[in-house]
Amino acid sequence: MKKLIALMMALVLVFAFAGCAKTEEAPVAEESAPVEEAPVEEVADVKGEGVMTYAEYAAADLDAEVVIEAYVQGKQSWWDNKATVYTQDQDGAYFLYEMACSEEDYAKLEVGTKIKVTGFKAEWAGEVEIVDATFEILEGSYVAEPMDATDLLGKDELIDHQNKLVSFKGLTVEAVEYKNGEPGDDIYVTLSKDGASYEFCVEVYLTGTETEVYTTVGTLAAGDVVDVEGFLYWYEGVNPHITSIAVAQ
Amino acid sequence: MKKRIFAFALAAIVFGMTMLTGCHGSRGMKPFEMPEQFDESGQYEITFWAKNDTNITQVEIYQKAIEDFQQIYPNITVNLRLYTDYGKIYNDVITNISTNTTPNVCITYPDHIATYMTGSNTVVALDELFDDPRYGLGGAEIKFDSPTKEEIIPQFLAECEIDGKHYALPYMRSTEACYVNKTYVEALGYELPETLTWDFVWEVSEAAMEQNEDGTYKINGQNVLIPFIYKSTDNMMIQMLRQQGAGYSTADGEILIFNDTTKELLYTIAEHAETGAFSTFKISSYPANFLNAGQCIFAVDSTAGATWMGSDAPLIDIAEDKLVNFETEVMTIPQFDTDDPKMISQGPSVCVFNKADPQEVMASWLFVQYLLTNDVQITYSQTEGYVPVTSKAQNSEEYRDYISRMGEDNDLHYDVKIKAAQLLMDNTDNTFVTPVFNGSASLRDAAGQMIENTTKSVNRKKEVNEQFLNELFDDMVSLYRLDQNAGTVGVNTDDLGPLPATSVALLATLAAVWVLIIIYAAYGWIKVKKEQK
Repeated sequence: MKKLIALMMALVLVFAFAGCAKTEEAPVAEESAPVEEAPVEEVADVKGEGVMTYAEYAAADLDAEVVIEAYVQGKQSWWDNKATVYTQDQDGAYFLYEMACSEEDYAKLEVGTKIKVTGFKAEWAGEVEIVDATFEILEGSYVAEPMDATDLLGKDELIDHQNKLVSFKGLTVEAVEYKNGEPGDDIYVTLSKDGASYEFCVEVYLTGTETEVYTTVGTLAAGDVVDVEGFLYWYEGVNPHITSIAVAQ
Repeated sequence: MKKRIFAFALAAIVFGMTMLTGCHGSRGMKPFEMPEQFDESGQYEITFWAKNDTNITQVEIYQKAIEDFQQIYPNITVNLRLYTDYGKIYNDVITNISTNTTPNVCITYPDHIATYMTGSNTVVALDELFDDPRYGLGGAEIKFDSPTKEEIIPQFLAECEIDGKHYALPYMRSTEACYVNKTYVEALGYELPETLTWDFVWEVSEAAMEQNEDGTYKINGQNVLIPFIYKSTDNMMIQMLRQQGAGYSTADGEILIFNDTTKELLYTIAEHAETGAFSTFKISSYPANFLNAGQCIFAVDSTAGATWMGSDAPLIDIAEDKLVNFETEVMTIPQFDTDDPKMISQGPSVCVFNKADPQEVMASWLFVQYLLTNDVQITYSQTEGYVPVTSKAQNSEEYRDYISRMGEDNDLHYDVKIKAAQLLMDNTDNTFVTPVFNGSASLRDAAGQMIENTTKSVNRKKEVNEQFLNELFDDMVSLYRLDQNAGTVGVNTDDLGPLPATSVALLATLAAVWVLIIIYAAYGWIKVKKEQK
């Protein structure tokens, strides 16, 4: 009897410890995962059946259903099973806003990853995007080279390249302002070229705060001359989102 | 020997139960117990997560409030973390609850607090602190001019009550206003009524859709016109339902929103979305930008967004060459019954998170009270169309002077902003809030999403009919888990649910062992008694 009780109590303790194991999953904070580059493997940019060319997409009406194939060029954010991603093919770019995406699938999206996207064309404050989209990963890879858009600043044609990875060279810093007055959130950057000013932004969801571009922009002073790369975002006019910056020596 | 074994058995059981208890309570904290007095010899560092409306002046006011407070209480250091989005604060708090790294104080909505309360004793119930004669509101030991409980506007304080206790203090209050391009309304041949009605807004909006042969709109000569844009569609649905006396939810979380009135409202919204007369912030962009560009006539947004509204607005987000000159009227949101206007009360509240050290909680409580002093209340409210939450501030000479100087300039005394604040003060008795329960934030999201989905579907040439609306209702229930969350306060049903089989087995084993122990102990006791006889 005594042995039995001792044995049972020992078993109870073992079970009790096992029962205490914490299996609860903590919520995932909203932050951009570091983007790793997939091996670059150039493939012919042939569209699948029923998939629009970039020209067909550009010509589609707002609110029309669109089906495109493109390659991930930048990951902005993932939260609550929604991903915001910059993509591009060899003809143009597509901004995918809050596309349905599990966290596991988001991790599979690397720069260059080919995806097929079905969604609706929309426009928000001048930014043309694909919303309410779903996607599937396809075979293939393409990493776009930044297009030098310096000479297009101030010209109507610039909008034809909306959402592309672009570069601007030899711009002069006019003002740098943290959205919150201190580091931690977006940085608004006013840059000028040939006497005209343009609003740029370091979008914190896209770059994070612990990145070279974020810290470098934070140290810029009026008069500095910079070369920048980024995505050609639009908000009530051109508003490129800077992803890298180099200060002229 | 028997006694030793019995003692060992008891010790083992007690130890085992202690371990279990420890595990069970790992998500929560001991309830806050108010100390006898605040220890001013100790050093306390607290964190304050604050929200601003992308407004540097508000940031500066927070910073100054902290500096001033630290001068009064040099043993308390307040670290400020800034946000521009309530949702981000909410997400970060939820993330930090699981690791016991919540801030000490944060700006929040009561709906969010209901979710924070899923961790036991995570948020401090403030009622005992309110009423303490020494450290409570207006208490004798407070080193600054703290307002009394009676000086907090009762409606605003009541909004912070969850399940019979106050878990927050109001910090600022706002409502929604309809910012109207009066110039265009009159150009269309209409005169603004004293109180806007939904019928009037829909009628004028449709009249504005008339186009020239070249496709431009007659009223503005532009290619773009969305006469009626609503910023927060969750508020839109909630207020329409309340004005109609229709169901939304009960106080204890029963979901009533999926009703015939909701369908009727969605049919009306679909009708005007189809003509292009109505859209939303999520679909089109900020109402202020369209209003200021002469591309919108009725822009509904928070009174806390008033500084962005109008041709002379101090904050502008569009290019100067797009600005159009017009007269801005600030009106209450459209009503169904002008004799019984109803509008939402909103705006930031501030809550205190529980910590292991009650003195740290006291330090947080003192800081929270400081946010209600006239200095902070008046300066912060002046940054937007906010209203101070205390009668002490509202009735102060400084605040009355500020209100009376409406329109003197387009900055501090910008007329649209002060009219917006005055609108809420004039209508405080007409404001309401929705019930707060675990899941109420999801219900609010669903309320807005139904308008968004209906509008988007119409834009995408889908027919809004009975089948569409029934499917929409089902989608909302599923997407926002409204069949799971609602009905309880402070209990996170997502995390709990049925006990796993292993737990059931463990509990059964425990119960069996206890029975055996009791039998054994009784047997031993009877045996000893018999031997003694």
